[in-house]
Amino acid sequence: MDLIIDGILKAFYLLVTLDPEIMGITLLSLKVSGTATVISMFLGIFLGTWIALTSFPGKRFAISVVNTGMALPPVVAGLFVTIFLWRSGPFGFFEILYTPTAMIIAQAMIATPIVTGISLAAIQHLPGQLRMQIMALGATRSQMVWLLLKEARLPLLAAVMAGFGGVISEVGASMMVGGNIKGYSRVLTTATVMETGRGNFGIAIALSILLFLLAFFINAVLTHIQQREKPR
Amino acid sequence: MKTGAILLDIVNLVVARQKNIILDIPALSIYEGEILALLGPNGAGKSTLLYTLAGLLKPVRGDFYFRGKKIGLASEAFDYRRRVTVVFQDPLLFRGTVFDNVATGLRFRGLSRKEAAPIVERVLDLFGISYLMGRQAKKISGGEAQRTSLARAFATSPELILLDESFSSLDQPSRDSLMDDLHMILKETNTTAILATHERSEALRLANRIAIMNQGRIVQIGPLSEVMNRPQNELVASFVGMETLFNGKVLRCQNGSFVMDVFGCEIEAAGEALPGERVVCSIRPEEISIGEKSLPAPVSGINFVYGRISRITSLGPYVRVALDCGFPLVAYITEHNRERLMLSEGKEAGASFSPLSLHLIRKG
Repeated sequence: MDLIIDGILKAFYLLVTLDPEIMGITLLSLKVSGTATVISMFLGIFLGTWIALTSFPGKRFAISVVNTGMALPPVVAGLFVTIFLWRSGPFGFFEILYTPTAMIIAQAMIATPIVTGISLAAIQHLPGQLRMQIMALGATRSQMVWLLLKEARLPLLAAVMAGFGGVISEVGASMMVGGNIKGYSRVLTTATVMETGRGNFGIAIALSILLFLLAFFINAVLTHIQQREKPR
Repeated sequence: MKTGAILLDIVNLVVARQKNIILDIPALSIYEGEILALLGPNGAGKSTLLYTLAGLLKPVRGDFYFRGKKIGLASEAFDYRRRVTVVFQDPLLFRGTVFDNVATGLRFRGLSRKEAAPIVERVLDLFGISYLMGRQAKKISGGEAQRTSLARAFATSPELILLDESFSSLDQPSRDSLMDDLHMILKETNTTAILATHERSEALRLANRIAIMNQGRIVQIGPLSEVMNRPQNELVASFVGMETLFNGKVLRCQNGSFVMDVFGCEIEAAGEALPGERVVCSIRPEEISIGEKSLPAPVSGINFVYGRISRITSLGPYVRVALDCGFPLVAYITEHNRERLMLSEGKEAGASFSPLSLHLIRKG
């Protein structure tokens, strides 16, 4: 019991004193996962909309691939990114392995299928004749797509939230491609794993609380936007 | 309603889905200012025809001539699409206010909100829904939503408006009131319209020309009274409400009329036919009088048959009486007459009708 109480007290101290190392880790987490989410938002909504609105041979197979990608284990994404960015790998010349950039790439790879899959479902879920109605009002193709996206903005925001949720909480890929380097590529999840392993439960609890608060804050903002848009 | 020159000409239109031909229209002309009703059962191809005319479905082949000019290039097709609009069965309103919805087509055409405002206000006023302008479109009633949908279509001043079962989702009072208003607006604005419906009453109320469709083809097209009273075949007859069909063999002919044998009954009809010829005659249910079985002996020039009442169905102000005379016969009478004659199911009754009321359908 003392272990837990000591841990919570230590966490409280670190949070109240705004410990520079903890704050640095938090900011890096926000930067890496935020950037990855923004990238996956653009890529995922574009891909999801394109697949939903275009007829092409193998469309069902493509949807199956996207849906499978939604369950992509972070360690698999980490493995692929590591291989591609490895010194002797196809993109080794970039020399970005064990950097926050590599972490962003890996996390974007995890979040993009999630955003794509939910966006695709959101567009497909719109009334079938809505697209024809928009075209019948004289829209160009881009005007039609823009209006469809506006109509589907609630589930699209849910897609972005799911994407962010997927990357802020993952540890495997970040550990593999970031290396958990102190002051450089250490984020909340990798730091928590490390501190727990060392038995520093106070720091681990503090990191966990921050991770939870960060996820809560970002989702609260997105939920606020989503519910404000909800038809009453 | 004034109808004028040809607005749209369609030649050799064929639409297919997965290699199956679902629409085959060799020729169809739409006249300026007319209201053409496409009447037919579900799956007849009415909506497919509308969507193809709106440029929303790509035909396998077919030429479109709008105001005499062939629509060929993609830019011409886009320009044509902006001169035609569709109102669907579901109002399909977008998020935002009623104003935003009605302004949508105008915004697509590059008008600013300020430029669109007077047009939106005018069409909302035309449909009697100015009071809805600032309301959220998703919160209004079904009747108001369909009015908004029509106002949205009219805002772009279309030269051809295509109505796809646009009233079917409304309750009867809302439907009646909207159809009356739309009829007036179409007349005032001299807008050409094509209405797809499976409701005969809607076609009768709005259209001045009617096309009966079945299995992707136009079976008969013509002025309302012609199609309703002179169907070209049994399918059209049943669809325009001629439920009674006399299938018989001509016995003798005399002075522009003939007598045929229908299941042992001699029925006289106006028209030219040859003795021995097999013919089909149809009659509207309103043209048949129902009376007691023991009517006076038949007089010349009036047909009289009798049978047992198999079914009586109330149609509101009218009663539909189905009589089994060896062949089915359907008549509409008033509720007052049904009570006066004490008609009930299973009772025997007589039916009389003029030979002039029978319409001869030639076979083959």
